[in-house]
Amino acid sequence: MFDLIPTTLRMATPLGFAALGGIYSERTGVINLALEGMMLIGAFGYIVGTQVSGSTWIGLLVGMSFGFLCALLHAVATITFRAEQIVTGIAINILALGITEFLVPTPEQVGGLPQWKLPFIGAYSFLVYLLPILVVVSHILLFKTPWGLRLCAAGESVEALATMSLSRTKWQYLGVLLSGVLAAVGGCFLASEVHYFTKGMTAGRGYLALAAVIFGNWRPLSGISACCLFGFATALELANRWEVPVQLLNSLPYILTMVVLAGFVGRSRPPASLGKMES
Amino acid sequence: MNIQKVLASLLRDRTSQIKNLFVNYCLPPLLALFGFFLLCGIVLQIRQQSPLEFYSIIFVSAFSSLDDFGYVLFNATPLIFTGLAVAIAYKSGLFNIGCEGQLYVGAFAAAYVGIHLNLPGFLLIPLCIGSAMLAGAAWGAIPGFLKARYGAHEVINTIMMNFVAFALMNYLVTSVYQEPGQMIPQTPQIHEAAQLPRLASLSPILPLSNPLNLSFLFACGCAICCYIFLTYTRWGYELRLLGNAPDVAAYGGINPQVVTIWVMALSGAVAGLAGVAEVLGYRYRFLDNFSSGWGFTGIAVALLGRNNPFGILVAAILFGLLNKVALDIEILLEIRRGLFLAGQGVLIIWLVCTEGISRSRN
Repeated sequence: MFDLIPTTLRMATPLGFAALGGIYSERTGVINLALEGMMLIGAFGYIVGTQVSGSTWIGLLVGMSFGFLCALLHAVATITFRAEQIVTGIAINILALGITEFLVPTPEQVGGLPQWKLPFIGAYSFLVYLLPILVVVSHILLFKTPWGLRLCAAGESVEALATMSLSRTKWQYLGVLLSGVLAAVGGCFLASEVHYFTKGMTAGRGYLALAAVIFGNWRPLSGISACCLFGFATALELANRWEVPVQLLNSLPYILTMVVLAGFVGRSRPPASLGKMES
Repeated sequence: MNIQKVLASLLRDRTSQIKNLFVNYCLPPLLALFGFFLLCGIVLQIRQQSPLEFYSIIFVSAFSSLDDFGYVLFNATPLIFTGLAVAIAYKSGLFNIGCEGQLYVGAFAAAYVGIHLNLPGFLLIPLCIGSAMLAGAAWGAIPGFLKARYGAHEVINTIMMNFVAFALMNYLVTSVYQEPGQMIPQTPQIHEAAQLPRLASLSPILPLSNPLNLSFLFACGCAICCYIFLTYTRWGYELRLLGNAPDVAAYGGINPQVVTIWVMALSGAVAGLAGVAEVLGYRYRFLDNFSSGWGFTGIAVALLGRNNPFGILVAAILFGLLNKVALDIEILLEIRRGLFLAGQGVLIIWLVCTEGISRSRN
């Protein structure tokens, strides 16, 4: 059982970053189906940046800025131009898949991100340790500070923001841009583990992260737990120890998400103005 | 004199109507397409490849012969179905992002019936089509039911159902129904009676190698049926009313929950037909991962076709053309197909932005 932990962590980390990003975006009321594309473009940026500069840090930075640009596109389209959020998200996924295939980098391998070794746990990329810290910080920021309350108000009650004469647009931009950068970090982690870029290498992880957001009821701590659960399911699938069809384990996260969303287990409560834009 | 006046005013009304139709419905997609080709040209110029050669290849690869145009229509066939499926749901205010999964289950159902039943063609083909529609409808009805009964957002559920479908198909085709003695994840061939004839075998104007088959005509018929259904039937009216004015619909005695469920089922059934086009019309078996994102391209097709069945027909042929061109360009100019995929993404974003702007202006 314990030998599954390393794989679980490696599988859960990219999901966790993307899910955290998804939470920021959806908490401000903007549906973000573009997580998949943002992760992919982040992974692409990491590989290209590292190949060109020779430094994985620069690679990480390039990946993050690519994710930022992707998010900027989503934000401008959905917030400023009032474009349909769901369609825009899917379009960005298609765009990211296309661009990365068109400009696919040389198959030269690149190094991974610096690893930190801890007793009992083992050596992992520093991002694995960064994620729980970010999650806790996000939890405190979102639910315990005025800043977080305002951010959440953008997705919950537009009137509340308006009475404080705060701009909803500003908070929504912030949420979407943060989500792009975070999802791209998830992609960078993925690329740094695989060491090279393949077409569509995120393989639905962005959608899985979105499932984790819903499964975790749009809260960072529960979201990361969902990611760990999904990561564990993948680890089980890869270990393939029992006579269970791998495809069943594979589809388990999706089925669970549907069950939770329908309210069979617990109560799913999305932000009240999610996807709604006043005209 | 009087009659002349009336006629003149009628004519004026007609022209202004046509002008409105053009400005609101045709201009944005045309502009988007123009921008798309311009963008491709600019990208190629930057990469120091000749845009002119690119443009000439587009025309040569799509229109130089009937054979080429046959390929275009062949590529368009599944997109007509998925585009219609997305549009049906969209007209009632629902998003069906699950066409990809629905077309897979539809394809598998068609293949299953086509393999296991040994009947004459006039019975077997309708049975295959019916079972594919049923499977697709079931796959679509689940998110519809969850939305109607529990208020769960259909977008998330259709996406989740996609992944469940991929996993299920992968399981069925690798563990249960794999063709014996094959490494490829595919089922055995369906009976010959279930195979839709190629148009080339019906008329000598196409070379026999051309894969264009009866499913294309079937898709055109489906578009016409959808138009009649949406415009002239009671159910079509209910569907559109729910999309345009949910409050009025409820006041008028339409049960939004019931409509939601059957709309999603219908949308799924039409998406399932895209699987039929593949299995009965082209490959004659179910192959794992056969679709190259047709369900998602269907969203672009519906958008470009303005959710009008005939618009979708045109848009699907256009996308079929783009796919054909992308393939030829990849071979002739060594430009990866990703360029076209990226262009597709930009095109969709452009279209939804123009739609969003016009919506907020009203």
